[in-house]
Amino acid sequence: MTPLEPPSPPGGPQVETLACPNCGAPLAVRSMGRAITIVCGHCHFILDAKDPRLRILQRFEAATEEEVPLIPLGSRGKWRGADYEVIGFQVRAMVVDDITYNWREYLLFSPYKGFRYFTEYDGHWNDARVVTALPEVERDSARYLGKKYKQFQTCSAKTEFALGEFPWQLRVDDSVEVTDYIAPPYVLSSETARNETTWTLGEYVYGADIWKAFNLVGLAPTPVGVYENQPSRLRASASRIWFTFAGLFTAIVVIFTANQMFSKQEQVFQEAYVFSSSSITEPSFVTPEFQLKGRTSSVEVKTDADVSNQWLYLSYALIDEDTGQAYDFGREVSYYSGVDSDGRWTEGSPHDRVVLPSIPPGRYYLRVEPESDVRSGAMRYSVTVTRDVPVLGIYLAALGALLLPALLISWRTYNFERMRWAESDHPMKAFGGGQ
Amino acid sequence: MTQPAALCPSCGAPILFLWSSSVQTTCAHCHSILVRTDVRLDRVGVVSDLPPDSSPIQIGASGVYEDRAFTVAGRIIYDYDEGSWNEWNIVLSTGDSAWLSDAQCQYAVTLPFPAKPLPALDAVHLGDRFRWNKTAFTATAITQARYRGVEGELPFQYWDKQEATFVDLRSTGSDFATLDYSDAEPVLYLGKMVDFDALRLKNLREFEGWS
Repeated sequence: MTPLEPPSPPGGPQVETLACPNCGAPLAVRSMGRAITIVCGHCHFILDAKDPRLRILQRFEAATEEEVPLIPLGSRGKWRGADYEVIGFQVRAMVVDDITYNWREYLLFSPYKGFRYFTEYDGHWNDARVVTALPEVERDSARYLGKKYKQFQTCSAKTEFALGEFPWQLRVDDSVEVTDYIAPPYVLSSETARNETTWTLGEYVYGADIWKAFNLVGLAPTPVGVYENQPSRLRASASRIWFTFAGLFTAIVVIFTANQMFSKQEQVFQEAYVFSSSSITEPSFVTPEFQLKGRTSSVEVKTDADVSNQWLYLSYALIDEDTGQAYDFGREVSYYSGVDSDGRWTEGSPHDRVVLPSIPPGRYYLRVEPESDVRSGAMRYSVTVTRDVPVLGIYLAALGALLLPALLISWRTYNFERMRWAESDHPMKAFGGGQ
Repeated sequence: MTQPAALCPSCGAPILFLWSSSVQTTCAHCHSILVRTDVRLDRVGVVSDLPPDSSPIQIGASGVYEDRAFTVAGRIIYDYDEGSWNEWNIVLSTGDSAWLSDAQCQYAVTLPFPAKPLPALDAVHLGDRFRWNKTAFTATAITQARYRGVEGELPFQYWDKQEATFVDLRSTGSDFATLDYSDAEPVLYLGKMVDFDALRLKNLREFEGWS
C-alpha cells in the first residue's frame, strides 16, 4: 500500500490514493474501506480491495469498448438530503431476442447513509437502493411493504465493463438473473446469482435533476421512448381531467335543471292554419304581434303539421316590430311511412321544434311563408311560440367540449402504457387488455 | 450514566464505564482487554490493532431506538468473505443492552430474545422460515465470520473467540433477527432494520470533507 499523493485539499473528497499493482497507475480509493473490489481506471484489471497488496482478481480482456461514464467518478452531489460521491461505474448487458441492450450503473457512496445506485438506460434514470424488508413473489407480481408490483421482465444481465470501487465481488462477464416488477415510478428488482437474491427498489428520476444535484456539465441525455417504470405524467392528468369532468358535468346538470325549473316557458302565441299548395294566392302572411317579456332569452317556435307522406317547408322570420330586426330561419316538417319486406317503417316527424337562443324583449310578429309539393292539397298546421325555454343545445356543446380533452388524454395515456408494456414479457394484447 | 473510574491493572490509566453491567472493556490507553469481576479488573489480553474502519458510529455516540435513548458503549468487529461489519453494543435508557449493527451502512438494532428451542446450525438453510414474537422470519444469509477485534464495553466476555457463525433473518416488514452460533447454545436476537435518519444519532464520527 503505497501512498502516492498528499491528501486532497481541505473540503474536497477524502481520497486515499494507491498504485495499481499491474500498471502502476494511481488508484483513487473513495469508499473508506468498504470496497471489496476495485477496478483500475487505466488497465481495467480488477483488484482485491481487501488485500493491502491489491491482489489481481481478474485480468482485463478488451472484449468491449471502453465506456466513459456520463457522471465522472469522484463527482459529488447532495441527493435526498445527504452528500454522495460517485465511486463505481459498470456497464451491464442483457440479451433479448438476440439483441443486446446495454445499461449503465453508477455506484454512489455516503459514509453515513451507505450505497445507492443511479441506473441509466436510453436517457432514463433510476435511483435505487437495496431494500431492507423481504418482498414476496406472487404469480406474476411481487409484494413489498404492502404494495403490489407487476412483473415486467426477466432477463440475464452480464457485467461488460467496470470502473472504480464496488462493495461486492465484481467480475466482468459475471451474469445474474434479473427480474423487474413495476409500480411506476418504482421498480422492484431481484438479482439472483448462485442461489442468493438481492432486492433493490428503484425510483424513476429525471436526468436533469441529477445533473443539477451533481453539478455536471452539459445536459443530461434526452430519454428515448417509454421506460418500464417511467411515471406517465398524462396518467396523473387523465385522472385529474376526469375528476374535473365529473365536477363540471355535475355543474352542468345542476345549471340545466335549475334553468329547466326556473325558465318561464310562457306560451305567447299559437295559431292553426291551413295551407293549400294548389292555391294561387300569395302564401306568405304575418301573424298578429305578441309580446316577448323579461330579459334577453330563448324563444321556441313549434310547428305541428298534419303531414302524411308529405312535406311542408316554412320560411320563418321573427321580426321586432320596433326595430325591424328580423331573425330568419327555415323549417321542414315531413313525415313518411309505409311497409316493406322488413316490416313497417317511418321517416321524419309531423312535429318540429326550433329554439332561437337569445332574443331581446319587445313586440314581435312572425312572417310565415309555407311551401309544399303542388300535389299535396290542403295541409293543416299550427305554429306555437313559447318564450324562455331551456336550451339543451349549449349544454350538449359544453359537454362535448369537456369530454373531448378527457378522451384525448385517456387515449394518450393508453398509448403510453401500451408502449411501456411493449418492452415487457407481457405486452398489451388488445385495447384495455394486457399486463 | 458514566460510572466511577477504576484503574487499568496494566497501565494505571483511568477506566470509565458507560454501563454499570459491563462485563468486559478495553483500556483506551494501552489496549488491554479487561474483564470486570465483583471486586476488580483483570487483564486477559490485548487488542490487536483494529482494521481501518469507516463506520460513522463511535463509542460515546448516542441515538434513539423505538423511543428509547441509547449510548454506544463498545463493539465487536467481524470479518467475512465480503468485508467486515461492526456490532455496536448500545445501552438503552431502560438499562438493557442491545446491538446496533452497521453492515455496509445498513443499520439494524437487535435485543436478545428468549425463544426455545432454537434450531441447531446444521438444521438451518437459506429460505427456511421461523416464527418468533408473532413475526414470520425467513433465513436470508448464513455468514461464517472471523472475530476481528473488540473495543470498549461488552455485556459478556468476548476476547478469546476465533470464529462464529450467524444466520440473518428478515420479515416482510422491517423486522430483523440474528441467530448467533458463537457459543455452544445458540442465542436469538430480534429487532428492526433501521434507517440512519430514524436513529437520530449524535456525536458521530466526523469524516474530513464530509458533512
